This record gives sequence, C-alpha cells and structure tokens, in this order.
Amino acid sequence: MAFLNNLINGISLGSIYAIIALGYTMVYGIAKMLNFAHGDVIMIGSYVCFFACTSGSLPPAVGVLLAVLVCTALGVLIERLAYRPLRQAVSLAVLITAIGMSYLLQSMAQILWSPNTKGFSSILEGNFSLAGGQIVVKYITILTIAACIVIMAALTAFTEKTKMGKAMRACSEDRGAAQLMGINVDTTISITFAIGSALAAIAGVLLCSAYPSLSPTTGSLPGIKAFTAAVFGGIGSIPGAFLGGLLLGVIEVLAQAYISTELSTAIVFLVLIVVLLVRPAGILGKSVQEKV
Amino acid sequence: MRTILKIDDLHVYYGSIHAVKGISFEVGEGEIVSLIGANGAGKSTTLNTITGLLRARSGEIRFFGEPLAKLPAHRIVRKGLALVPEGRRIFQQMTVQENLDMGFYIQRGSSAEAMEQVFATFPRLKERRRQVAGTLSGGEQQMLAMGRALMSQPKLLMLDEPSMGLAPILVEEIFRIIGTLHDAGTTILLVEQNAQAALRMADRGYVLENGKIVTTGTGSELLSSPAIKRAYLGA
Repeated sequence: MAFLNNLINGISLGSIYAIIALGYTMVYGIAKMLNFAHGDVIMIGSYVCFFACTSGSLPPAVGVLLAVLVCTALGVLIERLAYRPLRQAVSLAVLITAIGMSYLLQSMAQILWSPNTKGFSSILEGNFSLAGGQIVVKYITILTIAACIVIMAALTAFTEKTKMGKAMRACSEDRGAAQLMGINVDTTISITFAIGSALAAIAGVLLCSAYPSLSPTTGSLPGIKAFTAAVFGGIGSIPGAFLGGLLLGVIEVLAQAYISTELSTAIVFLVLIVVLLVRPAGILGKSVQEKV
Repeated sequence: MRTILKIDDLHVYYGSIHAVKGISFEVGEGEIVSLIGANGAGKSTTLNTITGLLRARSGEIRFFGEPLAKLPAHRIVRKGLALVPEGRRIFQQMTVQENLDMGFYIQRGSSAEAMEQVFATFPRLKERRRQVAGTLSGGEQQMLAMGRALMSQPKLLMLDEPSMGLAPILVEEIFRIIGTLHDAGTTILLVEQNAQAALRMADRGYVLENGKIVTTGTGSELLSSPAIKRAYLGA
C-alpha cells in the first residue's frame, strides 16, 4: 500500500514535470532554442498567485488565472526583447542569453519580493482515503494529474487539428519552407512562447501547492529536471515530454522512498544517461532521415 | 504579352560573397522561362531572393508592377508567387494531405476543391494522401512539393531544380507535368542544371555564369547556339 501511495505521488510530481517539459519541448521544437529562463517563469507565476491570494485575498482560481495572464505576457515579452533580435545569431549566443534571462528573473524576484522563503498555501486543501485509510490522497494530487492530462489532450488536439497548430509543426520542421507557405514565423514563435509560459504558470502553482515553499530560486531545479524530462522523452515531441515527465517523477519518488533521498536526483540522471545511450533521440524522439 | 515579373539590376550577397551580380530579366504572362547555368552560378540565390528568403543588397523585383524587395517572405507568397524549393523541402513528418493543406495556408475556406485539382494533376498523391510524406519516394516527394505550391493558386510558379536526384524516367514525368501546367495557363520560371530538358520546353531562357546573365534567347535559339552546346549541353 505504501508503494501505491508512492506511485500516486510520483505520478503527481511527474505531471508537474510534464507540464513544464511541454513548454520546454514546444519552444525547442519551434524556436530551436533551449529557454533556460522557463523554470524562472514558473517561479514568477507562483509569486503572482501567492500575492493575489494573500495580499489581494482573491480566491485561488482568480490567483491562478492572474498567474497565467502575467506569465503569458512575460513569456511573449522575453521572446520579443531577448531572443528575437538573436534569431540569426549562433545558437550559443541564444543559450547564453537564456541563462542570463534566467538570472535576471531570479534577481528581480529577490529585489521585489526578498530572498526569504514564503509559505505557499495550497490552492486546494483536503484529502480522501482509500482502502480503509491505508491510502491517503490529497485533492491537489488528483487535480495535478487531471490538469496534466487535460493540457496534454488539448495541446495534441491543437497541434493536430487547428491551422495555427499545423503552422507550428511546419515551422518546427522547416522554417524557410513554412515562410514559403505564407506562415509568419515571428508570430508563430510568439504564440509558442505564450502557450509555454501559460503552462509554466499552471505548473508553478501546482508545484508550490504540493511543495509549499516559495523563493526566487524555486523554479530552477524543477526547470532543469523538466528539461531533462523533455530530453528523456525526445525533445521536440509533445507525447515525449508527457511520458518523460511522468517517468522522471515516478523514478524520483520511488528512488527517494526505496533507495536514498540524497541520491534520488543522481539516480534520475543515471536513468537518463542509460536511456540516451540506447536511444540517443530520447524515448519518442525521431531522427528523421532525408530521402534523395 | 504582359510582363508579370521584372527583375532589374539585382545584387545579392552571401556574407561577403557577391553571389548575384546585377542581373535583369523578365517573365511574361503564360510563359515558361528557364534560368540555366552551372552549380554556383546564382540560380537558386535568384529564386530565393525573389521569394524573400534572401535579401537583395540592391536592385528591384517587381511583380505586376509592385515592388517586392522589402516585403517579408510570408507576405510575398500572398501576392501570388509560389516556389518549389531546391531539395523539395516538404514537411516530412506530416501526411501528404497536411502538406497540401499547408500550401493552402494563405487561402480562406475549404481546401477541398484546390486539392481535387492537385490530385487530378498528380493521381499518385491521391492514393497516398494519408501517408506520412517522409515515406514517399523521391519522385513522389517532388510531385508533393509541386502540388503544395499549386495549392496556393499562384500566378507565377517557380521551380528550383525539379529534376534533381530523380531517375531519368521520373525526370521525363516531371517535365511532362510542367508542360501540362503550362498548357493550362500557368506562368513558370524554371531553374535547372538539366539545360537540355529545360530549354526544350522553355519559351525563353537566360544563361547564368558567376552571378551574371551571359546569354539570352528563345529556348530553341539557345539549344542550337554553339557556345551553349559546348558549355552546357556536352556536345
């Protein structure tokens, strides 16, 4: 029964990683860059929700909505100001800019909201028990898993069925050919950042609801782990990010429970290395071959 | 005959390399015009500049009298120019149908009618419409690239090396289809290394060498010119 409890917690944590990883993987797939500031957008989203619910005494749902709006605008702004001018630059310059943007957001948070940790109260309290009290599940855990599934389904439908979603896939495959079709690549990349950052806000609120401490560096480690999850599943692939996130969360929680808390992160990366040795493109990653 | 595309003293650089050195040419409505020349003569650079994927350093590109040189690539296609790029550049992970839908991106409404027209020209694509494009043969991929360009219902179709890498029988098939499109009234600008095939069907041709136009004439004039024979036709 303890195993089932751990498994549910692992899936819940994995769902958060998956939501973050979806943002990483979409931006990578379409803008061909690693947005290392993505984790810090999570942190900003959490702060927005925190202040809306405490200082503003707004209901949690409004707090989440505000966080989503602020992060969406922030993501589009970051892309416009920091990344778009570097569209023709070498990828290392973009990578360094993204790392710089990450530290800029953390420093701004420290100045605005102090480096001290704040106690985040969950947006959804309470729990229920199963099997005569042997399994206790928090409502937030269920909400997290449900949110992840809904987001995953919505994103899949969006990229498969809508005109904008198809334009995104076209950009991710061949930006020049997409332009020849009449697709505005700049707009497409902006929308990708908007979606990714909105997801980051949701992930941030869910993360802080499950692990209720909030500081300017809250987003860093989950950001890195979600990036790992995206690579794990096959970077650029939406189902890959989902699968990678879930696996990563489950492995991490099970390693904590049965092997060692201290080593759990190391174990996660060990699994990643083994997977990449066997499948260099990740679990669902495709290495496309050109036909002549 | 009305001139629809007019290029005037076009200069294009790749970094510090002066790839196109002041070329001028025009395409009239309903014509097939060929640009021929060896590898690196500046043929693809010229087409990519017309579509806006590359920027000209100086010179004018006018389409129906309207200057294009300042417009971004995604706006130029809306004016009625479509390019079938070198190497085809179809969306490998999308199905045939989705690729054709991308060609219809700038149009409104349902793509069904335009798609039926494309399927009438390329029946093979209809059979394979649910197949992922990356699994098509080279010839089918070329047909898909052409079909995708036709989906936007262009006033000018530009083809960059459509015969590249194809078996002789498929090259013949592709040129036959280009002929059919021409007969149906499509204006075509054709860039080819296969000078013989390109000139045989062209109304007029321009010969590029090191970024400059060195000779021009009707297709048959160029085919029979001794200098052209020596340089490009291997005779």
